[in-house]
Amino acid sequence: MNLFDVLSHQYMQYALIGALITGLIAPSLGIYLVQRKMSLIGDGIGHIALTGVGVGLLTGASPVLTAIIVSALGAVAVELIRERGRTSGDMALAILFYGGISGGVFLVQLAPGKSNANLTAYLFGSPLTLNPTDLVVMGVLGACVLAVTLGLRPWLFAICQDEEYAKVSGLPVRLLNLLLAVMTAVTVTVAMRSVGLLLISALMVVPVAAAQLVSRGFRGTMALSILGGLVAAGAGTTISAGFNTATGATIVLTAIALFVGVAAVTAVLRRLRRPAPAPVSAEPPECALDC
Amino acid sequence: MNSLPVLTVEHGAVAYDDRPVLRDVNLSVGAGEVVAILGANGSGKSTLVRAALGLVPLASGEVTLFGVPRRRFRQWHRIGYVPQRLGAGGGVPATVGEVVASGRLAARGFLRPRRSGDTRAVTDALTAVGLVDRVHDPVASLSGGQQQRTLIARALAGQPDLLVLDEPTAGVDAASQEAFARALRDFVTGGGTVLLVAHELGPLQPVISRAVVVHDGVIAHDGAVPHPTGHHADPHHDHVHPHGPQDPPSIWGSR
Repeated sequence: MNLFDVLSHQYMQYALIGALITGLIAPSLGIYLVQRKMSLIGDGIGHIALTGVGVGLLTGASPVLTAIIVSALGAVAVELIRERGRTSGDMALAILFYGGISGGVFLVQLAPGKSNANLTAYLFGSPLTLNPTDLVVMGVLGACVLAVTLGLRPWLFAICQDEEYAKVSGLPVRLLNLLLAVMTAVTVTVAMRSVGLLLISALMVVPVAAAQLVSRGFRGTMALSILGGLVAAGAGTTISAGFNTATGATIVLTAIALFVGVAAVTAVLRRLRRPAPAPVSAEPPECALDC
Repeated sequence: MNSLPVLTVEHGAVAYDDRPVLRDVNLSVGAGEVVAILGANGSGKSTLVRAALGLVPLASGEVTLFGVPRRRFRQWHRIGYVPQRLGAGGGVPATVGEVVASGRLAARGFLRPRRSGDTRAVTDALTAVGLVDRVHDPVASLSGGQQQRTLIARALAGQPDLLVLDEPTAGVDAASQEAFARALRDFVTGGGTVLLVAHELGPLQPVISRAVVVHDGVIAHDGAVPHPTGHHADPHHDHVHPHGPQDPPSIWGSR
């Protein structure tokens, strides 16, 4: 079966679209989390979202809706803990995250027609079961995330780069922080069906890590990381179809391969450039006044 | 220029975890003044400006900015703040231009598009500190002094009436200190007011119009720039940081 045969199936096309939406939005949000040294927060929010999924399956409500509500509440709690800046905040986060994933597993088992397959679908994604309605929901939510991450870039950059300075600038720092937290929850929920709650954090972080190896500014890093996210999602989905492997995991491995590839190429280029004379600083040595 | 003070602190007190850092501090900065807050490390001089800006909560007392109590103050674009150093961030690169442009946001307004005046203000600020040719370089590639100049440009980009600087020349190379003193002189000539925290004044000395010495949580001196005494008077004096208790409290005059 060649590539075109695989992609001619409608469910594969749906899976590809779902993955591309995730690959597009996850790095655009993740760059802010990385900038503020909270790379792993997406993973924690994913844990909390599982409780939302459990609530949905148990009550018969839409798991996406309940996951958004519960994970947004969790993300706001995380933000409030971060804002306090207490050393005990670390512990509070651990309790919140593991409470979230345990609560999810607990509730899913209580739900009618309980099955571990159900749980696995949310934890690791099940893009092959996406239908057009799912894609519309993902598309609308993804558009909301993009509107914030791209439209508010100067302000979100300012609060993530130097929060105290942003406060003295009179920016609505708290509002922006909470907005970022809620958008993290929405991104996690959008990605839950394509790459899964346990793997989404990778798509928020790894493309950014790859991009910042070669970029010079924030804007460039953002553009490159989105490109990397799209490439990893597209290539990963296609590879998973060819090898009949789990889509979410293949996408993440593709992203990591991309990172390793970029790191290797930049390392080689740096070594090749080394013989060139280093630019001499036009500024006098620091001790000029003292000595 | 009106006679209303630009910044006042009345009976200000600050405590970290019940440990008092500032006790009953009174400070008033008039328009056009260049006030240096001096003191040893740990004297509370940085805390004083951070409390005035609302970055540290006051245990008691009152702060007014441009005649308005700080709680109700909204014209933050009139204040340009320069912190001690650029935050490290999570390793996401940012260009000098991007960092300086973030200083324009207060003047630009929330959710407002960028206008040509905003771009010009950023370029002017970079020119004032002599970094206009580094606008597309990552800030991480600059020297410590150049990073400090980037932060000053960020504050200048907002075209503020009051510059508040927290140890702007600490650990800054000579060229950057000169560039900084020049930028500050231009700002004052243009009618600006300056409040700066410093450990030692260096090339800034001629620009300063008044010195406030914070010692042990209170203001020990408010007036002319005190002449350094003891080993501080020696231009080759050896600076040891942080100041330990062996430093006599009389360095900046006693209270």
